[in-house]
Amino acid sequence: MELFNNLIFGFSVALTWQNLWFCFIGVFLGTLIGVLPGIGPLATIAMLLPITFNVPPVAALIMLAGIYYGAQYGGSTTAILVNLPGETSAVVTCMDGYQMARQGRAGPALAIAAIGSFVAGTFCTLLIALFGPPLAEVALKFGAPEYFSLMLMGLVAAAVLAGDNITKSLAMVVVGLLFGIVGTDVNSGMARYSFGIPELTDGIGFIVIAVGVFAMGEIIANLGDPEERKVFTDKVPALMPSKKDLKDSFWPIIRGTSIGAFLGVLPGTGPSIASFSSYMLEKKMADDPSRFGKGAIEGVAGPESANNADAQCKFIPTLTLGIPASATMALMLGALTIQGIAPGPQVMTQKPDLFWGLIASMWIGNAMLVILNLPLVGLWVMLLKVPYRLLFPAIMCFSCIGIYSVNNSPFEVYMASIFALIGLVWMKLDMPPAPMLLGFVLGPLMEENLRRALLISRGDPTVFFTRPISLGFMIATVLIIIVMVLPAVKARRASITDSVQT
Amino acid sequence: MKFDWRNNRDFFAGLVYIGTGAVGMIMALDYPFGSALRMGPGYFPTVLGGIMVAFGLAVLLQGVKNNEKIKGNWSIRALIILPLSATIFGYVMEHVGFIPALALLIPAAAASGNEFKWGEVALLTIGLIVLSLAIFIWGLGLPYPLIKGLWGY
Repeated sequence: MELFNNLIFGFSVALTWQNLWFCFIGVFLGTLIGVLPGIGPLATIAMLLPITFNVPPVAALIMLAGIYYGAQYGGSTTAILVNLPGETSAVVTCMDGYQMARQGRAGPALAIAAIGSFVAGTFCTLLIALFGPPLAEVALKFGAPEYFSLMLMGLVAAAVLAGDNITKSLAMVVVGLLFGIVGTDVNSGMARYSFGIPELTDGIGFIVIAVGVFAMGEIIANLGDPEERKVFTDKVPALMPSKKDLKDSFWPIIRGTSIGAFLGVLPGTGPSIASFSSYMLEKKMADDPSRFGKGAIEGVAGPESANNADAQCKFIPTLTLGIPASATMALMLGALTIQGIAPGPQVMTQKPDLFWGLIASMWIGNAMLVILNLPLVGLWVMLLKVPYRLLFPAIMCFSCIGIYSVNNSPFEVYMASIFALIGLVWMKLDMPPAPMLLGFVLGPLMEENLRRALLISRGDPTVFFTRPISLGFMIATVLIIIVMVLPAVKARRASITDSVQT
Repeated sequence: MKFDWRNNRDFFAGLVYIGTGAVGMIMALDYPFGSALRMGPGYFPTVLGGIMVAFGLAVLLQGVKNNEKIKGNWSIRALIILPLSATIFGYVMEHVGFIPALALLIPAAAASGNEFKWGEVALLTIGLIVLSLAIFIWGLGLPYPLIKGLWGY
């Protein structure tokens, strides 16, 4: 069995001391920032990207991935114990998880959340291992027109599904594409949008935008609207779930995992949509829906499995096609690029240790999280007492050092300050910055493939519609837009975003 | 509801998009446009700029219709001091060294917050400097002078 050989190879990579250590650092940091509100995985990964420069590629990716899925765990811990979602994806968990905690059943809630996430993680690891190679195989046959159409579909889907205002999200993608143009044009050698500044002829650094907008800009926005954080620290009773709890959670975990895995492959659907869908499904399937919101264990098991499955399956398009399915995944690709590895389907064949090592590490990381979370819950709750006024100078400290170390020059730090202000304006005007980051990453690739496609077809734009695979992507793109603009879907979406936000 | 442009969220968002797109298009005029077959460096940016302006107009019109207000408050203090603290860091880092740069950055950043306690900030600064030294200089071996001419390089 090739699958098993590949997985065994992956574990042989992931189980080296160095990689285990980085996996541990990753999930530890992930849980930490998951617990702390006000700093998310996106900003953390952006901040730590430059540091990974000094680390071998496999270890770097293992650590960054650990931060990413670790944050989902941490977010749910605080949701259950103090009714405070550390991450947006944990909002749904608050509803029944916190109620369970109030009834003295915090132990079972935490345990079920951990078990559900672990099951989802295991399933998605297998899914990536199963479908990754054939997908990459297909993608290797793609020419320039197919790549252009695929990227177009990815960007449109991400924008349309991510924000609540489709026009604004799509416009942000275009903003990102425009920022991506800054720098020297590969074909003509001409400097574009460089404003006569020599540093800008190399383009705007990916880290500069990510840290500037998502770490610094976010801080300025938070300081304008200080949120009130009430922290109650009760003793955490370490209670294992009863047989009945496990029986009640079995199907919700399976269903949540399936929903999350399905939504995870689609670009743009964040973990919060997955967990919310799972919650709604469980409520519909329940014999007595009125129990929901009053401490139903199904309302914890399903969504927690769903958001973890979603987070992990986001790696499928990212690793096999080189197309990021979310802004955080765009950062992962950024990490690859920093290491001098061009993202795309060839990664799997040229760097098998990276692909399989990362997949195996995700399973190990999920196991570590179960161990890390259940006994250490008390420690995480204590961390909630760290006030934001101590937290944000620390974020600034690591951000600045990180950005400076990219080129060992202050220019990048100055640029990040500017992007902090730009990001603030975007956030205040409700212009979602996440689609911008996707556009920024894909911009240069899109232009390159557009040029090549039209060169092959001798300037005939119908090339995107006459090649079958490309046509398929184009039709899918149009369908996504049509479906989302339909009034019925629009109303439903509005109600979902509302309830997720409140 | 009567249209009111002041504090109108989508109206300003539209203006930002139109501005970004227009600047993009105007600057791209200097780059050879080429044809669809042989695209010049100006082709892609001009097309994107045009799309941007169109989106901007649509958003602006939404603003005229829905009259949504900008939510929340601005902290003028943070808006000025926080970017400034990063700029100071960059400059001092290049000319004086790692430790002085952090010694200025951390209190300056803290000063952009709503609460500032001297003792607490002093402790935080010392703690973060030691932590950064341990991680970045001794752990990762980044080649920065700690204090130029005095300590390290």
